Amino acid sequence: MGIPQLLVHDKRDNVGVVVVENLKAGDKMFCVVTEDNSDFTLVAKQDVPIGHKVALVDLKKGDTVIKYGEDIGRVITPLATGEHVHVHNLKTKRW
Amino acid sequence: MSTQKTFMGYRRENGRVGVRNYVAILPLDDISNAACEAVANNIQGTIALPHAYGRLQFGEDLDLHFRTMIGTGSNPNVAACVVIGIEPVWTQQVVDGIAATGKPVAGFAIEKNGDITTIANASRKAKEFVHWATEQQREECDIADLWISTKCGESDTTSGIGSNPTVGNMYDKLIPMGICGVFGETSELTGAEHLCAKRAATPEVGEKFMKTFQAYQDDVIEAHKTTDLSDSQPTKGNIEGGLSTIEEKAFGNLEKIGKKVSFIDVLGPAEEPAKGPGLYFMDSSSAAAECVTLMAAGGFVVHAFPTGQGNIIGNPILPVIKITANPRTMRTMSEHIDVDVTGILTRELTMDQAGDKLIEMIIKTSNGRMTAAEALGHKEFVMTKLYRSA
Repeated sequence: MGIPQLLVHDKRDNVGVVVVENLKAGDKMFCVVTEDNSDFTLVAKQDVPIGHKVALVDLKKGDTVIKYGEDIGRVITPLATGEHVHVHNLKTKRW
Repeated sequence: MSTQKTFMGYRRENGRVGVRNYVAILPLDDISNAACEAVANNIQGTIALPHAYGRLQFGEDLDLHFRTMIGTGSNPNVAACVVIGIEPVWTQQVVDGIAATGKPVAGFAIEKNGDITTIANASRKAKEFVHWATEQQREECDIADLWISTKCGESDTTSGIGSNPTVGNMYDKLIPMGICGVFGETSELTGAEHLCAKRAATPEVGEKFMKTFQAYQDDVIEAHKTTDLSDSQPTKGNIEGGLSTIEEKAFGNLEKIGKKVSFIDVLGPAEEPAKGPGLYFMDSSSAAAECVTLMAAGGFVVHAFPTGQGNIIGNPILPVIKITANPRTMRTMSEHIDVDVTGILTRELTMDQAGDKLIEMIIKTSNGRMTAAEALGHKEFVMTKLYRSA
């Protein structure tokens, strides 16, 4: 198995984490789900810094973002597969 | 687990084992800091623990002050302790609390003496304590004698993937061997509190946890928040590292308690575990220096501190071991890191191997190896204050 560019915690997750530096828009990422070591590929739509998230599926406003198989907040602006997911389009349901 | 099961520690009068051998010069209050620092300057081998509080506190806040002072002096990493306060009554209360452990302790009050006489008298006693402490020898101790605390800081998404589950793997292996462990950070479990409650050993402990969690939400967060806490939780450093919400941070945080063990009790801030070996939850701030100071006062002797973006915290009496999985942090701030688990991200290091690597570093640190934070002189001693003084 090669070195992954994106790690996903749980099979139910709709986001993954970029784990390499200097990932560029158009890069084809080798993605691994740590839960069961399954893998897939995905094209990054934007430059995404290490540690930041990418959408694994299209998400619309109000959708729940799932990571660790759990609810980590709601989408506030629509997202396409491969786009950068962060505070500009994801917000807590608390506070 | 390939690691050795013993380490060389200092067995104290009450049976607990320390991994350091400090003579602490402890100020009861803010205005006694100068005298304590003067004593520590006079007598080599002592360490002053200046802090900001101790005057006109009352109620629960005063109880916490005394618990933190007495707990710090009682910590097995402290061989002996000199306490200096402005007046004799509260000073003696701290001295008596520490003396219950059986270790050498003496108190000095500044009123009716002034700084100069107090410093002279306290320095003579501190010198006696240093000679005594440096005659103590390390002896072989079982790993079960270690009390290991954890709290993460400057977390990012690599914390949840790599460094936090490394700590969890360590607890999954060492808790069954009889150590005491503790995690805390009450506000940083927001969003994952239901999962945390399920990790309680009994429904009663789970209820106690939820009560503590809810009280923090009501008394601290709801009482003082403006719009929301998104400017503080997650922090700017967390956001830079890719964490977007408190929920995301909380699930990553909880990875520190591993997959198998459950916590057997809920401790108040700075409270010492009383139910024997096992994992405990401590009600505590999520600010690194405050939380680690409370855990040291609870009697913990080694600290496992996972970081993503690179928190640099240390503690004067508790060795803080830093673990990171973030390759950028390893590249730019490696002098702060004791355990490199970046291999988890590249899938070259398994979680089992990472856990063993941390355990090896815990043993080395317990044997006397200085941590990065110790070598760099980080001695953050930060008391938690519950509300304004009278």
